[in-house]
Amino acid sequence: MADLVQTLLTALAIGSLYALIALGYTMVYGILKFINFAHSDIVVLGAWISYALAIKLLPMLGLNPHDAETAPPLWVGAAILLAAMLLCGLLGFAIERFAYKPLRRAPRLNVLITAIGVSLLLQNVGQLNYVFGASPQKMPALLPNIDLLRLSLPGGDGYREVVIGLVDVMIFSTSAVLMLVLEYLVYRTKLGTAMRAVSFSTDNASLMGIPVDRVVSFTFVLGSMLAAAAGFLYVMKYPGVNQPAHSIWVLLGLKAFVAAVIGGIGNVRGAVLGGFVIAFVEQFGAFYISSNYRDVYVFALLIIILLVRPTGLLGSPVREKV
Amino acid sequence: MTVTHSAPEIATSQSGPPSPRAGRRTSVWSGLWPLAVGIALAAVLHFVLPRLIGQYYSRIVMDIGIAMIMAVSLNIVNGMTGQFSIGHAGFMTLGGYAAALLTYYGSLSIWGTSLRHGGFLGVGEWMFAVSCLVGGLVAAGAGYVVGLPSLRLRGDYLAIVTLGFGEILRVVLQQTGKVIDDAEALKAAKWSQFFPPPVGGAVGFDGVPKYTDLFWVYTFVTITVVVAYRLKHSSLGRAMISIREDEIASQAMGVNIARNKVLAFVLAAFFAGAAGGLFAHEAGVILSPKDAGFQRSFDYVIMTVLGGRGSITGVMLAAVILTALPEMLRDFEQYRLIMYALLLIIMMLVRPQGLFGIHEVWQLWPGRGPRTAKKKT
Repeated sequence: MADLVQTLLTALAIGSLYALIALGYTMVYGILKFINFAHSDIVVLGAWISYALAIKLLPMLGLNPHDAETAPPLWVGAAILLAAMLLCGLLGFAIERFAYKPLRRAPRLNVLITAIGVSLLLQNVGQLNYVFGASPQKMPALLPNIDLLRLSLPGGDGYREVVIGLVDVMIFSTSAVLMLVLEYLVYRTKLGTAMRAVSFSTDNASLMGIPVDRVVSFTFVLGSMLAAAAGFLYVMKYPGVNQPAHSIWVLLGLKAFVAAVIGGIGNVRGAVLGGFVIAFVEQFGAFYISSNYRDVYVFALLIIILLVRPTGLLGSPVREKV
Repeated sequence: MTVTHSAPEIATSQSGPPSPRAGRRTSVWSGLWPLAVGIALAAVLHFVLPRLIGQYYSRIVMDIGIAMIMAVSLNIVNGMTGQFSIGHAGFMTLGGYAAALLTYYGSLSIWGTSLRHGGFLGVGEWMFAVSCLVGGLVAAGAGYVVGLPSLRLRGDYLAIVTLGFGEILRVVLQQTGKVIDDAEALKAAKWSQFFPPPVGGAVGFDGVPKYTDLFWVYTFVTITVVVAYRLKHSSLGRAMISIREDEIASQAMGVNIARNKVLAFVLAAFFAGAAGGLFAHEAGVILSPKDAGFQRSFDYVIMTVLGGRGSITGVMLAAVILTALPEMLRDFEQYRLIMYALLLIIMMLVRPQGLFGIHEVWQLWPGRGPRTAKKKT
């Protein structure tokens, strides 16, 4: 029971991260119909920008960034989060403008290859010595390390404690707020209607007077901001910041993409659902079967879903027309 | 196969006269001479080149050969069939492990040592060649398994599945056991020690006998190139090209899309597996799980993109350039991948069909203009 609850809580926190990243994949796919391979690198940059800002900002406040015990006031974390989101939003805008926009009418494979190129570029530029460097760093603690709640639950031989940490709660609640904002934006505002119209049919949307280019740019900015938030939250949970080209980031991005596909790519609510499904499969598989194969479960699930229901859980079937 | 020999070459989008090669396919020799010439050249390379340019540069030539096999075979999937596989290094590593497992434990149990046995074309080398082929078969089996879901997946989903395959393989290989390193221990080993196979886990498979030399590498290059070339000019290859050009139209023409895609995958995986066998037995190489990762796969993807989708000589040239260049630019290692990335982006913006497009190198020669493939407008 105790193990079950603890795994459940971890899955919720991780799942909300996957969901945040998956949203970026799914929005871009919905509108431009290609996988933005560079999306996971925006997550990485979000994480590294947060690290760089924290290292610079904390000494200014008279705090030692390498001291894990004292945490800065809450607004510091919020400011870093916002700054990382803004910078990554700008970056997303620039990538779309210079790499993808000239290829708007090109075959999808070309755009995909370009996206891989952008991804490699971001990884390796980030890895340069005078950018972020090629060695892992430790993220300073921005949140006090307090346990909000300790539950005693039956488990094993007697009772075991289940700890709900502040970090997990913050991850979950921040993601939840961001997702609700996005939900409002996509389904309740004029801009969101425009986004959905472009996703439905680019040509018809532009005939109806929707500025397609601006909507696409906005989508990229939005997706990149969510990715940056995910990157920030990820290094809050796991303070060891790996170098930009480390395969752990690629796996994170891949799993988020799998989440988007499982939920039904192009579907905003599906991405959130997929993120949680993936996290549950991964965490429970890791705990109850073997933690060595946690990545294998996710990809196995992907293949099963693609074989059984290729459009994903919430996707609607599309008929291909000549 | 429902496509007949008289089917027009769809890549050209126009029905030209039948290929002038069609009439020459009668004698057995006409099909085999390129193989014979290639293997003879490989033997010449093997005996002459190390004396001319020394061991270090011969090794780079060997690496170039392996890269050529990888790029040409990946080009069957990515270039000819128009799919997008970015897990080719996964097949290579799988084949490499399978081949190394055979030669290592084979020589350990037969000759009691894992060192190389026999000279040029000796028993050891033949065992090595056969195990490379077995590695190819194992990889081909994996190619079949990975290719199957691809029937339901279009381009970008397939990319993810192949990428996922490479990553899963990497994770699984990391869980393998330690290498059993002497003949006595091997005799005493229980069957349970072979599940999972003892191939060294995360540190890599050390101690594999070093059989790879210029002769074997370029023999395999010859086989790969000849098969790819014959495929490109067969009805099967034309069916694959038609899938690349327009899947729906080619289906309407009776091409069995599913079969052709899987076939392309299996074929490409076979050669990648054989190349992996060569790689695993190369001096100075310790095959390790991270070879299956995406970074190595991207190297080969970049070769096919740069060389031209469907151009065999184009990707061979790209393999030469992209393998030799980093050796020249050792001091700029940090910038190598940045350069690759910019190369990819700029190629897609400026010349998306690759340097040679669908042409072979000699078709670009002035006066020998493309006969079998006209430039698409």
